[in-house]
Order: sequence, then C-alpha cells, then structure tokens
Amino acid sequence: MDRLLLVLTVASVVLIAAVLRSLRRERIRVEHSVSWLAAGVALLALSLSPGLVNSAACWLGLAEPAAALITATLVVFMFVFYRYSRVVSELKDMNITLTQRVAILEHQVERRDGKES
Amino acid sequence: MRPTEEKTLVLIPAYNEGASIRRVVEEVRRRCPLMPVLVVNDCSVDATASEARAGGAEVISLPCHLGLGGCVQTGYKYAYDAGYRSVVRIDGDGQHDPGDIGKLLARLEESGVEMVIGVRAEGTNGGFRTSLARRIGIAFFKLLLKPILGRKVSDPTSGFVAVSRRALEVFSLTFPLEYPEIEALVVLQRKAFRFEEVESVMRPRMAGRSSITPVKSVYFVLHVLLGVFVNILRYDGTHGRGQGR
Repeated sequence: MDRLLLVLTVASVVLIAAVLRSLRRERIRVEHSVSWLAAGVALLALSLSPGLVNSAACWLGLAEPAAALITATLVVFMFVFYRYSRVVSELKDMNITLTQRVAILEHQVERRDGKES
Repeated sequence: MRPTEEKTLVLIPAYNEGASIRRVVEEVRRRCPLMPVLVVNDCSVDATASEARAGGAEVISLPCHLGLGGCVQTGYKYAYDAGYRSVVRIDGDGQHDPGDIGKLLARLEESGVEMVIGVRAEGTNGGFRTSLARRIGIAFFKLLLKPILGRKVSDPTSGFVAVSRRALEVFSLTFPLEYPEIEALVVLQRKAFRFEEVESVMRPRMAGRSSITPVKSVYFVLHVLLGVFVNILRYDGTHGRGQGR
C-alpha cells in the first residue's frame, strides 16, 4: 500500500509538472489545463492521506485500501475523459460548420469571378 | 412554369461518383430544365467535381470529407441562404428517377407538408433489388419509428426527398452527420412537422457499389438507434456551442 501511495504521489507530481511545462511552452491552452491540474492535485492529495484512503475503503466495504485508491483514480480520470469528449465533440461541430462555410463561400467567389470575367 | 420550379434546387450529394454523376446531372437537367442542379462533392478522390460541372451542375466542393449528413446539410444551408423555397435531394448513383422530381414537388406544394419522401414501391422497382440486410434494417426501423412518428413510414432510408423552406431552416441548423435519413424524420417530428410519401421507381445504380458492408450494417443499426433516441431526448433549451449556420 505504501509503495502504491508513493507511485501515485510521483505520478501526480509528474502529471502536474508536465501540464505546467506544456502551459509555459504554450502547447496546451490554459482552459484545457485546468482539468488535468485539478486531477493531478486531487490524486496528490489522496496519495498523501493514507487515513482518507482507509476511510474510503471502509465506506466502500473494501478489504483492501489499494482498491479504494484505484477506484478513486479511475473516477477522477473518468470525469477528465468525459470533459474532453465534450471538448472534442464541440470542436468537431465547429469544424463541420467551418468546412461547410468555406466550401459555400469558395463556390460563391468562383461564381462571382466567373461572372466578372 | 409552376411556382415551385422557379425556386427549387436539385441537390445531389456525391462522394466518388465520377462514373455516374455526369449522366445523373444531365438526366435531371433534361427532365427539369428550369431547376438549378447543385452537386456537393464530399472531397471525392475521383473526377466527381469535373464530371458534374461537365454535366451542367454547379459544384460545391468540401475541403474535408464530412460524410453524407454533413454533405447534404451543406446543400441545405446553401439553399436556405440563397432563398430557395424547396430542395429536392437525389442520389448521385442514378438509383432515383429524376422523372419523379415533379411528383415529389407537386405533393409538397399540394399537401403543405414539410417533407415528401420518394419511397421504393413494391412491384414497381424496375430492376432494383434491395439486399436482405437492407430489407431487415428497413423493417426494423419501420417498426421502431411507427410509435415515435405516430404513423407508418414505408421506407425511412430513402435518400430521394423534397423538403420545404421551413424544413430547410431546421436542417440547416440540425442535421445528423452519418446515415441521416432516419434521424432526420425524428428531427422533423420534434418540430411537429409532417411528411408524406410518394411511390417512386428505384433503378439499379449506374456505377460503383453500396458502401454498406455487413459489418457497417451492424454499426449502422446501432448508430441510428442511438441517434433516434438522442433526438427524442434532446433538450432544445441550448444548442451546443459548436452548432451554427
């Protein structure tokens, strides 16, 4: 269990550091970094509180606190992935609208040029 | 000239239909000489665009492949912005008889409904043979749609349709991206719009073959099923931020 907590602590720190580095280099937009930073901080807090993990395991009726830790990690990332599915869907809708708009405008420009020449 | 013919656009969505599109466009122009023909080329890799132009159609070429729904919606958006009163959509593979365009438009005008569907009539399909998988799919969706639409629909997968300006307004904002025909009926139902059916002769495709494989058929059923229920459950209070005309 201690080793698992240590791995989670290291992974959370690496995640937060990677997101901050990407932010600094402008490879991720601030609004999109918030979910990952929140997930990293939540997992870091969890990994530094064995008492919290034990209480969660008791509440969930799990004999092994590690199972509670893994469940919590899964839940956190489930929400992050859900958020990004929404972002991707929104971007796809925008892309479709833009693609259609560009094609229609291109057609109108071609028609106008054809009439002028 | 009927008033509908003055402001009706014939829309042909096309993806890699280079072998047939010219003949289809020429046939439409011969049968309906007063109607402009618009081919929306869904980023084909063959000569679809040039063949359609050679046939006498206007061509809008999409810079990325959007799929049938996105392709058809492009034509609806264009027609709505250009002020057309109605649009007749016809396939680019020659399966639909352009001689029936007038029948669809006449019914659209007389009945005052928002959409008229050209349905594959039993016993009148000159040489047209529907595959078993497609027949099963159609039968399944007919059963599913009956309670949702509150009426029988003979062929919910038909791509031969005439739509009014009111339907164009709705479709230019909301139109399913893939396999759009069945979901489009549910979109109309949500607006309490009505549709009618007109029997039409379906012909064998002039060239190429259907892109629906057995594996895709299963995906088609699941996708459309989900799309139908999503359209029933959709909340109209806010649109997704990505939606726009």
